[in-house]
Amino acid sequence: MRWLINFLSSSLGQKIIMSLTGLFLISFLTVHLLGNLSLLSDDGGYTFNTYAYFMTHNPLIKATSYGLYFFIVLHAIQGLVIALKNRMARGANRYAVKAKGNASFSSKNMALLGTLVLAFLFIHMGDFWLRMKLDWLPTVVYEGYAEPIADLYGRVAMQFQNPLIVIAYVIGQIVLGLHLWHGFQSAFQSLGLNHPKYTPFIKGLGKAYSILVPAGFAIIPIVHFLFK
Amino acid sequence: MDLILKVWRQKNNKDNGRFENYKVKANEHMSFLEMMDVLNEDLLAKKEEPIAFEHDCREGICGSCNMVIDGRPHGPNNGTTTCQLHMRFFKDGDTITVEPWRVKAFPVIKDLVVDRSAFDRIIQSGGYISVNTGQAQDANAIPIEKDLAGQAFDAATCIGCGACAAACPNASAMLFTSAKINHLGLLPQGEVEHSKRVQAMVTQMDEEGFGMCSNTGACEVDCPKEISISNIALMNRSYVGSVFGSDKGS
Ligand code: HEM
Ligand code: FES
Repeated sequence: MRWLINFLSSSLGQKIIMSLTGLFLISFLTVHLLGNLSLLSDDGGYTFNTYAYFMTHNPLIKATSYGLYFFIVLHAIQGLVIALKNRMARGANRYAVKAKGNASFSSKNMALLGTLVLAFLFIHMGDFWLRMKLDWLPTVVYEGYAEPIADLYGRVAMQFQNPLIVIAYVIGQIVLGLHLWHGFQSAFQSLGLNHPKYTPFIKGLGKAYSILVPAGFAIIPIVHFLFK
Repeated sequence: MDLILKVWRQKNNKDNGRFENYKVKANEHMSFLEMMDVLNEDLLAKKEEPIAFEHDCREGICGSCNMVIDGRPHGPNNGTTTCQLHMRFFKDGDTITVEPWRVKAFPVIKDLVVDRSAFDRIIQSGGYISVNTGQAQDANAIPIEKDLAGQAFDAATCIGCGACAAACPNASAMLFTSAKINHLGLLPQGEVEHSKRVQAMVTQMDEEGFGMCSNTGACEVDCPKEISISNIALMNRSYVGSVFGSDKGS
């Protein structure tokens, strides 16, 4: 066990934790977006509500969701620990003149962007996830379901009529996109996966992902606000 | 050309340090270090303490002429050391800010001189080959693939100046450490102890208190030898391999 603790507490081990949890969160976001796009369908919330019911009642998915909570917390805590240690590594005096152009904005501000993502997650989960968990949502009855189903769609549709919430969501997605602009490809570099054969592809994929996925999320509140 | 130099002055490690402004007359044929020499001559003539800075080879191979010039280690040009930086890259009337490496693991000794023995200790922890490789071999006795030889050579161009840690927003020494690990590990003589070496050198690097790589790439931009951060990726996978894949290391 000693070897594993040594590994996980080494600088490279801590970066491996960041990259693996980060990649897990990236794969989660993909699934999350695909499910949420059903919020755009015009069936009064049937597809989305039954999807949400499935996601909260399937034992396999429930088990995975505990992993997800754990990995978000681990990623956030580990990221903040790294950021703190890195700040201390500079020493008491900071440079009087800041270098410009030697690294991207995203790469230099991962902790700030991550903290903003975390703030967004608190708002987001308080709004929907927590209410669902606490059974605070009104229910609807659908044919073929033994019990009434929480009307998460109704809550979402109501919240997205508030322009402030729509703006908060769009900003949250821009921040997420910036975090992933650097984070996506960085995770592969941390894992030691860097090769002229595939690194250009990973970098391209990372840029596409960090634009398209946050844009996909942002479209939902915008469409609800403008057209529903 | 007339310049104003804003230079970090610090008596010793206990002193807080501060910037002082100096006027200096230079011409564009001088190297940056020669311009500093001129300034020090002026200071000596005025019976003031000259600015302490390190220098040795003055041809870009020793890695001692370390200073941060206008926010960039070794100045505004890529792929050069301070001794290879010429005044023609500045304009008459410029104000130039000169600071030491600001890395906690490199404490300031005086003015622009920092103590880089943390790097020496990283090398001492495993940056060598302890197996007897015998007499100098015939160059072609051990066949080495061209790509590998090139990669090892690129890593071996590291002069240990510390610009990577100075440039890194996290003061991380991973470009240095990975270059020193790889220029040995990629070749057959160094491969034997590769796993052990990676573990020892990474452990020592952590103990010295350097930061952790965020893959910003600032180091490779400011490295006077333009060493690539692909070396860091290689170190990372060697490290993972040495922990999970080898029964030789610990
Ligand atoms: C869904 C949300 C998130 C995703 C998909 C995500 C993804 C990633 C990825 C892929 C990386 C790159 C890892 C590496 O460099 O090896 C990363 C880095 C980072 N993340 Fe996140 N992240 C998320 C949320 C957060 C949160 C909530 C925080 C908390 C404060 C955070 C803080 C950080 C920090 C500080 C780094 C940089 C670590 C370093 O300097 O090496 N992230 N993230
Ligand atoms: S003095 Fe030797 S590298 Fe500049």
